[in-house]
Amino acid sequence: MSKRLTTILLLAPAGLWFGIMLVLPLCFVVVFSFGDRAAEGGYVPALTLTQYANLPARWAAFRNTLTLAPLGTILSLMIAYPLAYFLAMQASAKWRTLLLILVIVPFWTSILIRSYAWIFILGGQGVPALLNWLGLGNPRLINTPFAVLTGIVYGYLPLMVLPIYVSLERLDKRLLEASADLGAPPFRSFLQVTLPLSLPGIATGCMLVFILLMGEYLIPSILGGGKVFFIGNALVDLFLQSRNWAFGAAVSVTLVLVMLVTVSLYMWLMRRLGGARDDVSLI
Amino acid sequence: MTDKIDPISRQKFMEELRRYQKGSVTRRHFLGVTGLGVASAVLGAAVPGLMPRPAFAQGSIGDKVVLATWPNYHDPANFEAFTAKTGAAVQVNVFGSNEEMLAKLQAGGSGWDVFEPTNYTITTYVNQGIIDPLDMSKVPAYDAASFDPRFAGPGTVDGKLYALSKDWGTTGFAVNTKQLGGAAQPTSWKEFWDMTMGPFSGRTMVHDYQLTTIGNALKYFGYSFNSIDPKELADAEKLLLSAKPHLFAINSDYQPSMRSGDAWMTVCWTGDATQMHRDLPEIVYVVAKEGGEIWSDFYAIPKSAPHLDAAYALVDFLLTPEINLKEALFHGYPVADARVNALLPASVMNDPILHPAADLLSALEFGAAATLTDPNRAELMARFKSA
Repeated sequence: MSKRLTTILLLAPAGLWFGIMLVLPLCFVVVFSFGDRAAEGGYVPALTLTQYANLPARWAAFRNTLTLAPLGTILSLMIAYPLAYFLAMQASAKWRTLLLILVIVPFWTSILIRSYAWIFILGGQGVPALLNWLGLGNPRLINTPFAVLTGIVYGYLPLMVLPIYVSLERLDKRLLEASADLGAPPFRSFLQVTLPLSLPGIATGCMLVFILLMGEYLIPSILGGGKVFFIGNALVDLFLQSRNWAFGAAVSVTLVLVMLVTVSLYMWLMRRLGGARDDVSLI
Repeated sequence: MTDKIDPISRQKFMEELRRYQKGSVTRRHFLGVTGLGVASAVLGAAVPGLMPRPAFAQGSIGDKVVLATWPNYHDPANFEAFTAKTGAAVQVNVFGSNEEMLAKLQAGGSGWDVFEPTNYTITTYVNQGIIDPLDMSKVPAYDAASFDPRFAGPGTVDGKLYALSKDWGTTGFAVNTKQLGGAAQPTSWKEFWDMTMGPFSGRTMVHDYQLTTIGNALKYFGYSFNSIDPKELADAEKLLLSAKPHLFAINSDYQPSMRSGDAWMTVCWTGDATQMHRDLPEIVYVVAKEGGEIWSDFYAIPKSAPHLDAAYALVDFLLTPEINLKEALFHGYPVADARVNALLPASVMNDPILHPAADLLSALEFGAAATLTDPNRAELMARFKSA
């Protein structure tokens, strides 16, 4: 058997899978997006740009997603990096395994249940009651963008911690010794050695969290009380409530395009920063 | 550096894989060290076909029936009794809106045997060819004469019986009287919306459901609950948008927030009001004097039902008066079957939540098919939610 044939045979399952489960449905979505809504809901074939012309009607959903998704990613990064740094650089070997397991443990329970729990933590009998008791006022927390951000950071933190941890853990500690020998104070070593070398982890973590957040539906619907509206929520309503498949398809296609542009820009930026990193590792 | 890394590194994994390939470690060692053993055990348990199945006493109707229903809508003990009697286990899918049910059935492949549409959706299901006329020889428990035609009537389309009456109810609002601060209890939708934008700011909930939320905003102006008139809808939209910043949430799952005291007032269905009032007497139910919605729910069987015999058996079982009595006591909605009402205690029959005064009832409207499918109402709801 030729090597070429072997390659084709081995790639066939993945090819079929992506073909049937990804490319084909995506084609349907694109075709549907040029169609119309049937009188009682659903789809009738047509060739029209009406649905795309109607996109501004979902501007608020795009605006919310495009603000809260990057904000959630940055917040997760700011909380995850020191934690990952501590785990990889400071924690003793004995504790490290235990702490890593503790980071992963929440994944053993469904995100639905964990998000639902936040309703009670942020609800009137939870944190606000505690703050009130401490004399710090009685703020409304649940069903606000703050609650949604809290849920997002909570839910996605492990996805940010783990890639950063891996990149820091692999870092050759001798580079830090060299940096110190050459007279760099610790903070400068961090900025010029540790941070650039952990960039691949940061890039992976941010990408994972950001892409998932752009399609987020569950957390805003549970902790936003229907008042914080993401594109995911708009899509669910379009398909399951108003049953406007054509408009839903147009919103989906637009979301995919927005993602392609954002992620390409991001990857281009990371490659440029990555170029600088190659210089570092040459030293 | 540590020499024992627990979540296995890529390099370590490859080393272990080579050792296993060369035969220097056993398969058990390989699966244990890499965590693949645990992973495949977890996967195995998640695939139902791989799990040992309980053996039901195999009846003539198969071992399973799938029901699509609403939250808190059946006494689970009745399902157990059905399984004990017929050998068919009841698998329950819970839904939040008629649109969602319709969307699943329109898309096809729902796998449902019985579902519970509301009055205004039945003509749509008939027009779309989703349901067939029922074979009444298979539902001996149903006695058409004992059902109140006001509630059972929408099950008949063009003279053919497509759906059987389950129960009925009203859509009013529930208010926590402890929070009124001595003010009189509200009695109208006008007061509902004015209080929302006044003393109850930040404490009111409305359904995540265009039919009731827009319908009750229309009632503020005295318009029909079912209006699809653009000018009247524009007025309702203005009201909804100015009330939006004052709402606690837009969510049909309002019991938890009402019970915890986060929300003080909510648009509410009969059965939820019964259940909340039972535990917290200060939460009272108001059928607004301008009117609003009255509705009835039905049992229907989709054409595509995979277990047709079991579907008929389940409907027949649940409509048997003795069983339906237990259902009614559990869910707290009124039923249209006079045989069941004769068995219900007087306290239930006289309960003003279940059976509001006649003058309040007469002002209510049944939802219309066009109200549910109107694209302008759907878009209005989307604008309200994303505002």
